[in-house]
Amino acid sequence: MTMKSTIFALALAGAAAALATPAAAQVEQVPPPRLHWSFSGPFGTYDPAQLQRGFKVYREVCSNCHSLNLLSFRNLADPGGPGFTEAQVAKIASEYKIRDLDDQGNSIVRTGRPADHFPPPFPNDLAAKAAFGVMPPDMSTLAKARTYQRGFPWFLFDIITQYQEEGPDYIAAILTGFRDPPPKGFKLPPNGHYNVYFPGHNIAMPPPLQDGQVKYDDGTPETVRQYSKDVAAFLMWAAEPHMVQRKRIGFQVLVFLIVFTGLLYFTKKKVWHDVHEPHEPAAEQEAAKTTT
Amino acid sequence: MSGHSSYQPKNKALQWLEKRLPIGGLIYDSFISYPTPRNLNYWWTFGGILSFMLGVQIITGVVLAMHYTPNTALAFDSVEYIMRDVNYGWLLRYVHANGASMFFLAAYIHMFRGMYYGSYKEPREVLWILGVIIYLLMMATGFMGYVLVWGQMSFWAATVITNLFSAIPGVGHAIVTWLWGGYAVGDPTLNRFFSLHYLLPFLIAGVVVLHVWALHVTGQNNPTGVEPKSDKDTVPFTPYATIKDTFMIMAFCIFFAWLVFYIPNYLGHADNYIPANPAQTPAEIVPEWYYLPFYAILRSIPNKLLGVTALFSSIAILAFMPWLDTSKVRSARYRPLYRQFFWLFVIAAIGLGWLGSKPPLGIYVILARIFTFYYFAFFLIILPLLGIFEKTKPLPNSISESVLGAKA
Repeated sequence: MTMKSTIFALALAGAAAALATPAAAQVEQVPPPRLHWSFSGPFGTYDPAQLQRGFKVYREVCSNCHSLNLLSFRNLADPGGPGFTEAQVAKIASEYKIRDLDDQGNSIVRTGRPADHFPPPFPNDLAAKAAFGVMPPDMSTLAKARTYQRGFPWFLFDIITQYQEEGPDYIAAILTGFRDPPPKGFKLPPNGHYNVYFPGHNIAMPPPLQDGQVKYDDGTPETVRQYSKDVAAFLMWAAEPHMVQRKRIGFQVLVFLIVFTGLLYFTKKKVWHDVHEPHEPAAEQEAAKTTT
Repeated sequence: MSGHSSYQPKNKALQWLEKRLPIGGLIYDSFISYPTPRNLNYWWTFGGILSFMLGVQIITGVVLAMHYTPNTALAFDSVEYIMRDVNYGWLLRYVHANGASMFFLAAYIHMFRGMYYGSYKEPREVLWILGVIIYLLMMATGFMGYVLVWGQMSFWAATVITNLFSAIPGVGHAIVTWLWGGYAVGDPTLNRFFSLHYLLPFLIAGVVVLHVWALHVTGQNNPTGVEPKSDKDTVPFTPYATIKDTFMIMAFCIFFAWLVFYIPNYLGHADNYIPANPAQTPAEIVPEWYYLPFYAILRSIPNKLLGVTALFSSIAILAFMPWLDTSKVRSARYRPLYRQFFWLFVIAAIGLGWLGSKPPLGIYVILARIFTFYYFAFFLIILPLLGIFEKTKPLPNSISESVLGAKA
């Protein structure tokens, strides 16, 4: 009875949680293919080599239009991330120009330091909008800000399988989803670009990547597919920099909770034993006495 | 809490204190010697779970408030600052955000349990109404907390929900302007929401004290719905209820930890990781999962004023449940018809939640109307009539008889 109730409680919890999935988008969205990520699952960790490659793609391609405002150079050396050394970070930072004020209040441009935030490609949002017609979104939280409909019943299974890589899957799919010319019958507005995976298919961003565009020095194939995957992984790290620590602590917490809950269960059984099986009235009175 | 305490401290200092402030006796009578029915099942542990969750939310919330900035230009970034740079800030925030969901989940189970076993009936009407007040306060608190993140969904949810008040004839728009502190959701709105989001949990804690007080006056209901008649029917709160509650709180925490550490954004909306932008409406505006049934009720009615009225009535009607239910028998165990209607009600409520997440088109609208009708019919038609027509099963003479059978 109690076991059944517990299972039922969890099932109800699942059903309630399921309701959280957002409404079906009004525009058609093709589900992106599910890729394999090193950071998926309960023991997933970021692959430092992949993050470093992804950072290279971001730096050489994406950062021409997309800011990364919430990150500092120093984050590149944080544990669980791309694994750059502090010396490497100092060098990377020094390759950036940062707008600042000097002690007299004059506007200056100085070389970057690890504590600086990544400078945006445009002085302000209006300038970015004026240049492109639309504002290229900041990429700091992009991998968590993009998703697609999982649909019933998959969103229920996602609780168990811990699938939460919708964002990187979507980003990688967008980067590989450009088709020129668009399929017959699709009316593409001027300045639009056809993308299989973008909701409504008309994306303002032109195809940003080409094979061989970014040089990899570790022998990884220099293809659009590989770039897309690497930069999507980098953006997942940028959006969730403490994920490795989170999953590690989570495992420890769960082991503790499961053991502790188990001990409590048997303690509870022992405490209640006399109530559930009151064959010896004397023992029950004894138990009652010790509690008062 | 009633009558004279049996608490007799042996310690001199405690005796001295007890003569001046009988707080030891209060605690002793409430959480140690307090008699609880021996046949309570695990559904009765959710009150303890809820108290625990309130504590979790207040503690994490107070620390989060130390790092948060309630300013439209800074709020989103300050949340991200908590996530990135505050020591274990990601943990605090994920515990708090998922904790809200866990709080509501436990509250819904607690409420359905009360409905199933007739815990709202005489003499527990005030206890039940205090619970409805807590639930209302929770809804307000949860909503305002969601706005504080100041993502796209925060901003647009705030806009949609506050706009509901514009449906009030004549003064509606004036009220909305007053709520906003301006002519749109903006800095004054965010600031007052932050202030109230910090205040309301303490009001909840206060009403929880009243709720527990009322509970300890009437005593707990139990799965048979038959009041305890002798000492045989009850066990002392400690150790019996304390160990059982602690076990279930920890079991609940396993599920909670799974969400926090492994799928912390599962219950959230991706759009809320986009900073609020008043110039850009998201493709869809959906509230947090725990409001979805009411959102579906709102949208199932084409007239705005009637929709808003239905929305608020659907919550207010809970307070009248003790009088709408005319049956003398409490527990659904002995009410074969009520039991079926109850489960249909659960299906309707979950169904409304599902429909609240769907666009209001085609079949979804029709289903939402059917479920909304059932939701209200359950309270206004079924409950009053069942008491007259239902043939209930014979009640056991006492709790111990129902548990032990002939042995007692």
